[in-house]
Amino acid sequence: MVNLGINIGDLHFKNPVLTASGTCGYGTELDDFFDVSRLGGIVVKGTTLEPREGNAYPRMAETPSGMLNAVGLQNKGIDYFESNIYPKISGYDTNIIVNVNGSTLDDYISLSERIDRLEKIPAIELNISCPNVKKGGMIFGTNLQSAREVTRAVRAVYTKKLIVKLSPNVTNIVDFAKVVEEEGADSISLINTLLGMAVDINMMKPSLSTVTGGLSGPAIKPVALGMVWQVAKAVKVPVIGMGGIMTASDAIEFFLAGASAVQIGTVTFIDPAAPVKILEGIESYLQRKGFSDIKDIIGYINH
Amino acid sequence: MAKCVDDLKVVGNKLLTEDFCVIEVESGKKLPEFRPGQFVQVRIDGSPATFLRRPISIHDVDFGKNRYKMLIQVLGKGTETIYRLKSGDYLNVIHPLGNSFTIPDDKSKILLVGGGCGIAPLLFLGKQLKARGFEPDVLMGFRNSSRVLEIEEYSQIGDVFVTTEDGSLGEKGYVTNHSVLTSVKYDRIYCCGPDSMMKVVAEYSMKNNIFCEVSLENLMACGFGICLCCIVETTRGNICTCTEGPVFNIRELKW
Repeated sequence: MVNLGINIGDLHFKNPVLTASGTCGYGTELDDFFDVSRLGGIVVKGTTLEPREGNAYPRMAETPSGMLNAVGLQNKGIDYFESNIYPKISGYDTNIIVNVNGSTLDDYISLSERIDRLEKIPAIELNISCPNVKKGGMIFGTNLQSAREVTRAVRAVYTKKLIVKLSPNVTNIVDFAKVVEEEGADSISLINTLLGMAVDINMMKPSLSTVTGGLSGPAIKPVALGMVWQVAKAVKVPVIGMGGIMTASDAIEFFLAGASAVQIGTVTFIDPAAPVKILEGIESYLQRKGFSDIKDIIGYINH
Repeated sequence: MAKCVDDLKVVGNKLLTEDFCVIEVESGKKLPEFRPGQFVQVRIDGSPATFLRRPISIHDVDFGKNRYKMLIQVLGKGTETIYRLKSGDYLNVIHPLGNSFTIPDDKSKILLVGGGCGIAPLLFLGKQLKARGFEPDVLMGFRNSSRVLEIEEYSQIGDVFVTTEDGSLGEKGYVTNHSVLTSVKYDRIYCCGPDSMMKVVAEYSMKNNIFCEVSLENLMACGFGICLCCIVETTRGNICTCTEGPVFNIRELKW
């Protein structure tokens, strides 16, 4: 029997496999393919105070071993989430985490206060790293002072576990990790997508309506792994690693580099049961290697 | 209807032209209840250039044998890989996906309009309509006679009318110029093809107050409503083509 449980402070996760925001809807979309309650957690679609229609079509371009997206945080807003989605998903036996977005500091504060009152949501993931919105998003996550202010402001009103999701589109991601840790983040998740673009040479125009978008998929895995390794060494709070994880082997690389948990993202578009397959693969790896606890391999390469 | 991932065995690949084929696949399980207009997401392995699945229309279904057909046009690496599949190869799919064309309760006079590869879902639809006692006509538009596909198949459904852009077969011009539109009064039009064609068919249907559904071919990553990439602007806001479509009533679309 292998112990797969991990903790963020006193919040227990039965295993270290979560779905990444924007790649699992609200969990219900995956019900046909596997039992979502088997996962350690699900991070639901990026949510804002007001409904957002997102960016114009086309929002997606396939790239070598990956894809660009420019969805732009399309969601129906917190009112709709509370009344229509929350009742449907609060029965899942897993940690449901809401990815929180805003255009202004006040948006982040108000939204975090609202979600704090939802009993079945034990944590939020503060998204200061979305590359696809004009206002807010990555602007908060690519300026140290703004990252500090938004984390501090949300920490002041949000009483449960605060995870801050970092952008890789900075000179030194470790500086951002240290700042959000100083301001009281309980955990740090990384990486969000890398800013990129593609051009359609037949139409002779950008492939995305927004010109640039966020790159995800296995193409970014080495970048993500490098950043997770750097950040995990520099902070004391648990790090949640993500970026291009396709298989259990990929996930294990993140644990060995220092991640306490992983989020599974783009692969779910291709193989909707991937999160649970990865979970099973991690368990059999630990058994094969003779470890009885996932915690024994977290940061193993740094020992 | 539950969606599932399945490994299908290729049982036939009929090459129609240099860039079109009809591939037939068989499931080892009982097929879900496919409805006309639905699609499947096909996984293409073996190249970094084909990272995502390819959405393909269900062209025809043989429920008795748990088989279905897909009409494939080679447009890039992914569809080229499918074109080269041989009997005995396997294809991993997610199916069935999306909504379907609405089949009327009344005795409507129906026209199916397809352009190029867009004729694909209309064969399954036409057969289902015929099985329910309808006598639909089929109007198909192609670039020229060498691009004309599957006429014999569609003749099983009803009368087939063809336009080609160069006049090498049928009437010259586009589908909306065909004389059958002035000689027969249709109650319903179901259409699939290039956006430019569907837009003129939609405009024609609006003007003549004809019920019209179109099937869209938006780019998508997942096919089951989690990536939010395949959206179309509608009277209900931006909604996913993969879950709310691919079939839309033209009155809903902000074209």
